[in-house]
Amino acid sequence: MRYSGWQVLAQGITGNRGWRPAWRDPAPKEAYDIVIIGGGGHGLSTAHYLAKEHGLTNVAVLEKGYLGGGSVGRNTTIVRANYLLEGNSQFYSHSLRLWEGLEADLNYNVMHSQRGLINLFHSDGQRDAFVRRGNMMINQGDDAILLDREGCRKLLPYLDYEQTRFPIYGGLYHPRGGTARHDAVAWGYARAADRRGVDLIQNCEVTGIDIAGGRVTGVQTTRGAIRAKKVAIVVAGRSSQVAAMAGLRLPIESHVLQAFVTEGLKPVINHVISYGMGHFYISQSDKGGLVFGGDLDFYASYAARGNLPMAEHVAEAGMTLMPMIGRARMLRSWGGIMDMSPDGSPIIDKAPVEGLYLNCGWCYGGFKAVPGSGNCFAHLIATDRPHKAASAFRLDRFETGRGLMDEEGTGSQHNLH
Amino acid sequence: MLIPCPVCGPRDSREFTCKGHAVTLARPQADAPPEAWDAYLHLRDNPAGPTRELWHHNAGCTAWLVVERNTVTHAVTGARLAGEVAAR
Repeated sequence: MRYSGWQVLAQGITGNRGWRPAWRDPAPKEAYDIVIIGGGGHGLSTAHYLAKEHGLTNVAVLEKGYLGGGSVGRNTTIVRANYLLEGNSQFYSHSLRLWEGLEADLNYNVMHSQRGLINLFHSDGQRDAFVRRGNMMINQGDDAILLDREGCRKLLPYLDYEQTRFPIYGGLYHPRGGTARHDAVAWGYARAADRRGVDLIQNCEVTGIDIAGGRVTGVQTTRGAIRAKKVAIVVAGRSSQVAAMAGLRLPIESHVLQAFVTEGLKPVINHVISYGMGHFYISQSDKGGLVFGGDLDFYASYAARGNLPMAEHVAEAGMTLMPMIGRARMLRSWGGIMDMSPDGSPIIDKAPVEGLYLNCGWCYGGFKAVPGSGNCFAHLIATDRPHKAASAFRLDRFETGRGLMDEEGTGSQHNLH
Repeated sequence: MLIPCPVCGPRDSREFTCKGHAVTLARPQADAPPEAWDAYLHLRDNPAGPTRELWHHNAGCTAWLVVERNTVTHAVTGARLAGEVAAR
């Protein structure tokens, strides 16, 4: 069924009895051309673009839980293309352009809202760094506007400009940045892939990867063995465990990143804002909750929840920047499992086993990358050549030292990002 | 999390900085092949379950500890001085 305003009306006046499940629930077949391990945002978008752009529909997505139950449902939903480095810049630009056509492409409302993103700066040095970043964004074809203090005050009158320990010098404004409804992104890609014939198989955990003569031949799962010519691993925080099934050791450490949401409030924060002197960024969901987060807890974790020191730091930073949020009651907090790479940039590459493909290392930036990652990963799987927007995301850059993308300028070893 | 520092006793985790997996105690020799250095610097088992990590008690006694911890439950099961672990 194609979704439209007309359908909503027609279903509404006939008692909503005509709606059907958005995707099938097929049993796994014995063999596929391509098996994608991981039914999160990146896996589902990979399946969609394999079917749509490469005509490959003999494809299964295997998900150990339910679709979209991992990190795509545990993030702060921010979409942006404000990266600095060659390699990252063109990739996120590519991804943002896909976001802008996504709802028409998927026939699904992902509530993509380009409400604008503002990165605040608090010193001359930080301003210089943001000027450089803004110029890189403009050169890439994206949008960036440097706001001075008064420009910020016009857009964000509720920040503390007077009493604060770290005066606001201005902000880098990225009008095309914004948010999207995270679950809807997974559901939209799932439905679109399913409609083109991809099998989405839930409650199907991969327990082994079959390799014969240096070539992948299929996977073992809790729902039986499945043969496959090509196998793609796109499992975010569980990358190390699944790759170990193929005998690989990855340059990945899984960490926890916490996020928080308040009770629903009337519209008050119209943009996405990040603080430049503490780990704090915030937006308001369409439901009214203030959604905010900070930095990693900085220890390895698969718990999908964090500890109180970072919660305290985030709350302190938020209160410093916008004291008004002290009146809001926090409803819940959660943690996502972040597959941290040494240089803070992702990996989309062939694995050193024939027919095996890797997509991991998204650190804490995976959500905005969902369309671009799936698009580029599908290109790699279908053609065995990297997509030009993702050609820098090589697995061997750590081993060789060539092409490291240390976006934050902190180094290229674990625990620095 | 409370980290049981062998010198100071159980202390709040915010007194510590986690350096990462204790694989970093086994530093390759200067003439080791590049693969050994890649493994040391970048590649990780990244276990979901018990792990051994280096933690620095930087706001306490400044000792380096090898902490045994579970990455799924966050339970801390032990800590020893890194110097004693490395010497064995």
